[in-house]
Amino acid sequence: MKKIATLLAIILTISTLFAGCSKKEQQTSSSNSNSDVIKIGVFEPMTGANAAGGALEIEGIKLANELYPEVLGKKVELVLVDNKSDKVEAANAAARLTQKEKVTVILGSWGSSLSMAAGDIVRKAQIPAIGTSCTNPLVTKGNDYYFRVCFIDPFQGTVMANYAYSKLGAKKAAIVQEVSNDYAVGLAKFFTDSFKELTGDPNCIVAVSNYNTGDQDFSAQLTNIKSANPDVIFAPGNFTESALLIKQARQLGIKAPFIGGDTWETPEFVTIGKEAVEGATFSTFFTSEKPITKESEKFLEAFRKKYNHEPAAVAALGYDAYILALDAIKRAGTTDSVKVRDEIAKTKDFEGAAGKISLDENGDAVKNAVIKTVKEGKFTYLDTIEPKK
Amino acid sequence: MTLELFLQHFANGISLGSLYALIAIGYTMVYGILRLINFAHGDIFMMATYFAFFGVLTFNMPWYISFIVAIILTGLLGIGVEKAAYRPLRNSPKISILISAIGVSYLLENLSIVLFDGRPKPFPTPNIFADVINIGNISIQRLTFIIPVVTIILLFLLLFLVNNTKSGMAMRAVSKDQETAQLMGVDVNSTISFTFGIGSMLAAIGGLMWALKFPQIQPLMGVMPGLKCFIAAVIGGIGNIKGAVIGGFLLGIGEILLVAFLPSLSGYRDAFAFILLILILLFKPTGIMGEKIAEKV
Repeated sequence: MKKIATLLAIILTISTLFAGCSKKEQQTSSSNSNSDVIKIGVFEPMTGANAAGGALEIEGIKLANELYPEVLGKKVELVLVDNKSDKVEAANAAARLTQKEKVTVILGSWGSSLSMAAGDIVRKAQIPAIGTSCTNPLVTKGNDYYFRVCFIDPFQGTVMANYAYSKLGAKKAAIVQEVSNDYAVGLAKFFTDSFKELTGDPNCIVAVSNYNTGDQDFSAQLTNIKSANPDVIFAPGNFTESALLIKQARQLGIKAPFIGGDTWETPEFVTIGKEAVEGATFSTFFTSEKPITKESEKFLEAFRKKYNHEPAAVAALGYDAYILALDAIKRAGTTDSVKVRDEIAKTKDFEGAAGKISLDENGDAVKNAVIKTVKEGKFTYLDTIEPKK
Repeated sequence: MTLELFLQHFANGISLGSLYALIAIGYTMVYGILRLINFAHGDIFMMATYFAFFGVLTFNMPWYISFIVAIILTGLLGIGVEKAAYRPLRNSPKISILISAIGVSYLLENLSIVLFDGRPKPFPTPNIFADVINIGNISIQRLTFIIPVVTIILLFLLLFLVNNTKSGMAMRAVSKDQETAQLMGVDVNSTISFTFGIGSMLAAIGGLMWALKFPQIQPLMGVMPGLKCFIAAVIGGIGNIKGAVIGGFLLGIGEILLVAFLPSLSGYRDAFAFILLILILLFKPTGIMGEKIAEKV
């Protein structure tokens, strides 16, 4: 009996070995035949705290892939990986795209921290990455392989400080920042610098409070802020936490307006915050109410047809990152990632859905900012701000 | 700091602490009976909020019916988890069950990511909970009064159940010595199932209160509260139900006051909780209420 069992075990082991072999053969043959496919990696949070943001960008990228499915006569295949809204997972996900999937270009991510986690990996692998809505300057700084189709936070911080000072007439501001998020901390700093300059008062920031990604209770921070009595509260951070934060602020009887950054523009911000987020104002990249280029019109029409709702700004950026990548591959005439990188770096006056893209020496797009507010449960366009020349 | 400000902070602390206490009760009760730290407790808590969410939004139930259904379903889920993942390992070393509990925790998290989608969902809060009461300049959500009351009622119900009923006697017997209890005619399996059912229903009530206070649910929402309530249970003396309540309040108020008095450290409140855990384990591993060993369960 025992002998039979041993024999069986050996046979099973050997057969699995063979199974492994045949699988490998299949894979190599398929990758040979797959050489007429160009792989583009999509590096986005699909689960975790930033999942809603990632989902919006993927909507834009998938739409672009449907409208422009081919380049150099080859089919473009999107390889989606989930960076799980987590810096460690983001590094793993980027490694998978560069080493296992061997993609030509990487698109993403929503969230600067996640993009920064991938920075070193794409640079070492020499595979260019095009950031969608990661706005922290450090994403592209000192990294020749990271680019982006959005503006950066020094500009965004100035825009919101200007808005608070001139439109809201605020003299005192409080800051609540998501301290574990590079994006929020960076943006808060640029806002602070700019607001101090505008008011000429070094003590114009009356309170600074921190919270962590995933926190749900902000009552203590908000009670402190209430006692400092600011005219406006700048609260850059993830949309779920921000929605809960504003909700709890209203419950504590804080009446000051809340202003923030581009991360707020997700449906969850409104569905979770409900009436509490009415009047919350933030800067973002694009509005469907004012198409900028021919590509915007094409994008809007196709988007509304496919998804039956209005696109978020980041969906347009996802779309732009994809068409820019395709254009660079076309200009390079090859899928060699280093040559594609050089072409991306040369991008000038490229017509994207969210405006014309010209990349500066750091690989950052110089673009207009749009200010939106929540009105009757919808994101509503307020103003467009041009970058300083 | 003015008195008013301090009272507002204190109210915030009570509100958060009573939530911790509520969830810690279930944690500590299961430990008391089985000597098993049920790491899936936080995820069972998460499942309860999804049950209630779908009850209200998909099946259009009024919130109170949906909550009752969610609590019952969660109780059944707890019994199921015990049958599938813990019972087969009852005679294995404790560490195996612990690892199994961690496995269940990951399974529930990832299963709900697949089933319910990773994006956070807004939890419907009926107005009777969300209304804000103003006393002078202090604003308190009505829920802040409800949660401690619920916690205290459940505490007394549970103490009554454990100390004054037949099932409670069986639970205490099983916690002392499973084999002897079995020899004396106690049905160990059903007693343990019952304990898990009650523990999971407590998690469900805690989860629903949590979701009413922080109206946003997502598959990983149980992780941090689960750990915090574990800390609360250890502070109170794990296995001791009254201790868990005291531990929960202490942790909640401590966290809030840390942020209140040292705003620059507000990013470190989770770290504070874990440092507290380490200190307790180093200097008083039995926790505040731990000495009275006879009181365990």
